[in-house]
Amino acid sequence: MSEITLPASLQGVAPVKSIRTPASLEYQYSAGRASSRFLNNVAQKRLVGQRCPTCLKVYVPPRGSCPTCGVATDEDVELTDNGTITSFCVVNVPFMGTLMDIPYVSALIVLDGSDIPIMHLIQEVPYDEVHPGMRVEAVWVPDDEIGATLESIRYFRPNGEPDAPFDSYKENV
Amino acid sequence: MDGEQVLTAPVTIEYPFRRTTGPVIGAFMTGLREGLIVGIRGADGRVLVPPQEYDPLTAEDLTEIVEVGNAGVVTTWCWIDEPLEGQPFDRSFAWALVRLDGADTAMVHALDTGGDPSAVHTGMRVQARWRPARPADVEADSKADDGGRYREGHILDIECFEPVTDSAGAIDQLAADQEVAR
Repeated sequence: MSEITLPASLQGVAPVKSIRTPASLEYQYSAGRASSRFLNNVAQKRLVGQRCPTCLKVYVPPRGSCPTCGVATDEDVELTDNGTITSFCVVNVPFMGTLMDIPYVSALIVLDGSDIPIMHLIQEVPYDEVHPGMRVEAVWVPDDEIGATLESIRYFRPNGEPDAPFDSYKENV
Repeated sequence: MDGEQVLTAPVTIEYPFRRTTGPVIGAFMTGLREGLIVGIRGADGRVLVPPQEYDPLTAEDLTEIVEVGNAGVVTTWCWIDEPLEGQPFDRSFAWALVRLDGADTAMVHALDTGGDPSAVHTGMRVQARWRPARPADVEADSKADDGGRYREGHILDIECFEPVTDSAGAIDQLAADQEVAR
């Protein structure tokens, strides 16, 4: 780029070098029937997945159909709020909009009786002790704060059980 | 499903971009902050407003920033009956192409006629309505999406264009200019 020549009126004033150009998209998200049902159960402190009638895998949160077999799922399966860490990530980058102090751990947790992991936070354990196979349990918000959101679970923490054997969660790694 | 309620929730996805302007667009934005409008001289001598970094015909670098007038002529326009979120007005207005005095191209901006579409016509003279300069004792609001209340180097430093009350001869002027252009 060659040198710019400015009119007298712009000489000697501080130049504008950048501008804010935010782009904002506003949606009304509809959870749909399957997720709404799941979240309404969460509001009752229950975790309810659904089993595929063909491959028998239990999905949580259920989406109303099996992504592998392409068939509708309608058998509800009540799950516990205990599970096994299959994978995790130590987060060292602060994101806009998070209230978490770094570092914190985000993990994939396969709930007992289900065949697909959910993602949630791991707390009450040093981040460098988190590992695949670690057994964890949900810590819920106080009963009067529970609602139809996965934020009703504050985080998961070790439940004190010995590690799950690799074979028990290898399908989810 | 036993008549269960489907849950909905508002979701906003926002990308909080800040982009660098480079010297040419930067000069335009600096001009707006200072309350004046600048263009750039093209390879053929025409003045392009807003300024472009490269000549639209020859693609060569353009470098000569030129100040143009605060007022000009509407060359074409589009009436917005029901403004959308984020547009400059919450009442009806026009998007107009305005060829400013001293410029050879038109730039788009909002034209406010108080909600009256019959007050808009091609060839009318309009002038910029400016935001006030930011007082020295007021901090810049770096987070305001629209640049804030004061002129900060943002296209909405010009709130809009508005009719020049004495517009006699404007249509003739446009016609004459078009004659010259042909």
